[in-house]
Amino acid sequence: MKATGVSVSLGGRTVVSSVDLHVSPGEVVALVGPNGAGKSSLLAAVSGDLPSSGEVMVDERPLDSYKPIELARLRAVLPQKAALSFPFTVGEVVRMGRAPWSGRPEAAEDEDAVAEAMELTETTGFAARPFPALSGGEQARVALARVLAQRTPLLLLDEPTAALDLRHQELVLSVTRARAASGTAVIVVLHDLSLAAAYADRACVLAAGRVRSEGPPSSVFTPELLSEVYQHDVEVLPHPRTGTPLVVPRRP
Amino acid sequence: MLTAYKKMGLIGFLIVGLAAVCVLAAGRGQVPISPSEVAGSLLHRLGLGIGPLPSAVQGENALWLVRFPRVVLAVIVGASLGCAGALMQGVFGNPLAEPGVVGVSSGAAVGAAAAIVSGITVLGSWTTAAAAFAGGVVTTFIVYAMSRAGGRTEVVTLVLTGVAVNATAGALLGLLMFLTDDDGVRAIAFWQLGSLAQATWSAVAVAGPCALAGLAVAVALSRRLDLLALGERPARHLGVDTERLRIIAIVATALLTASAVAFTGIISFVGLIVPHLIRMIAGPGHRVLVPASALGGAVVVVTGDLIARTAIDYQELPLGVLTAVVGGPAFFWLLRRTRARAGGWG
Repeated sequence: MKATGVSVSLGGRTVVSSVDLHVSPGEVVALVGPNGAGKSSLLAAVSGDLPSSGEVMVDERPLDSYKPIELARLRAVLPQKAALSFPFTVGEVVRMGRAPWSGRPEAAEDEDAVAEAMELTETTGFAARPFPALSGGEQARVALARVLAQRTPLLLLDEPTAALDLRHQELVLSVTRARAASGTAVIVVLHDLSLAAAYADRACVLAAGRVRSEGPPSSVFTPELLSEVYQHDVEVLPHPRTGTPLVVPRRP
Repeated sequence: MLTAYKKMGLIGFLIVGLAAVCVLAAGRGQVPISPSEVAGSLLHRLGLGIGPLPSAVQGENALWLVRFPRVVLAVIVGASLGCAGALMQGVFGNPLAEPGVVGVSSGAAVGAAAAIVSGITVLGSWTTAAAAFAGGVVTTFIVYAMSRAGGRTEVVTLVLTGVAVNATAGALLGLLMFLTDDDGVRAIAFWQLGSLAQATWSAVAVAGPCALAGLAVAVALSRRLDLLALGERPARHLGVDTERLRIIAIVATALLTASAVAFTGIISFVGLIVPHLIRMIAGPGHRVLVPASALGGAVVVVTGDLIARTAIDYQELPLGVLTAVVGGPAFFWLLRRTRARAGGWG
């Protein structure tokens, strides 16, 4: 996936302006930045939800040349908030992720893909429960399971860890990492910069709709840049054992 | 929640139940005919000389000229209403959507009444149905455009849109009644009450194909309707062409509503209550919900019509009044439940 000069306007305001973003198979790219920086809008533009100017290429073809069903076999999108109008069970929700493959040879993997996705996200235990009866964090993991079950070469995840506890944050990002290791390209919006530093190959720092810096987290996450972008003093310390950057706000 | 096996069982149970109420309904009336004679008469017409023929004087005529068209039309109307309700709720992502509640039935009735009053018969016996369909399509699009925000429909917006649409349609019906003569007034009043009393084979021949087409489309859409429950964007991420789905579903809803309204008038709440009950038994999956709601709707309307015409001797209750008496309170209960679950009128 390669996006060049992408701009998005919402309600007459430019929320993303001429952003370049690319991700290759096997790579995890973290989109970070303060609230309102345009992370979700950029992700929506890249997934074809919001009209944008500029060029988005998926698998070397322009995004808008795809039919929805073709695109659904190439990329899966995890929305920021999981909603469901009717009380489907968790098992049924995860199985919805297989819909794009119906009537294709890959449909033979349906059972396997659903079982694997639920196991990875530790949701197998509530397969029979109605989705609306789950807690926010459980719903978020089920939504991720649905996206994983889709088995696409490109994953776009909008804040997959927002509602999760510490253990499940790690679980979700290591699952994502493992997917990348098997050749999937991943773009993930994250708020926790230390998580981004630990799991992403590259980080893209957005502020006010523009890319401020892009590259490996260790070189991008500098106290100067982050302090300026977040308008709060930030310290970046190397982890004493692993050396990955730890990003902490300076506190009195 | 039921297993797939039990869900098929539910469909089977509804089919058997529908056949049973149909035979029972065909036998009841001023000329009583026993269920075995009803079955016998049917089998004889099919060329199988099995079972007894009606023994009552005029029994055969009562069955084939009066009762059967009425029962068949009741099945068509009920199936259309149940299916239209399930389809609409799926598209709006809201369990309170229903042709009667949101005003699509009234819109279709305005179309049909306009055809009656103006005396236009360009399409022969199809004219009323076509006018009802046109009214239904226009109203569904209006409701859809007015009540959706951000890919979903809030309960309050939907119900208030229904109030506004029903009020407008009521005014138009009133205006048409004012403009027409006594016969027209009677015809329109009949519309608003809803009744199967004017069932004929030619009505069946018009409403039947509309209903079948609508049902076929609804069944074909059912898998995509499941995905739509995730929301508009996630459904598109899973390969659903949501724009197209919406338009096809709206046309199918209007087709079903037109077939339900064209010859019988407004019979409300069937499309609201039946899919809700089915969802409680078999879960929200549309592949079972759509056909089961159609069958369940047919059972309800055939039974309701049987009660409407036999409850009081030599008099007939309007069916629409009967369903509203039962459906109104059930709607209250549904509203309260939805409110309790959503923690407000969201």
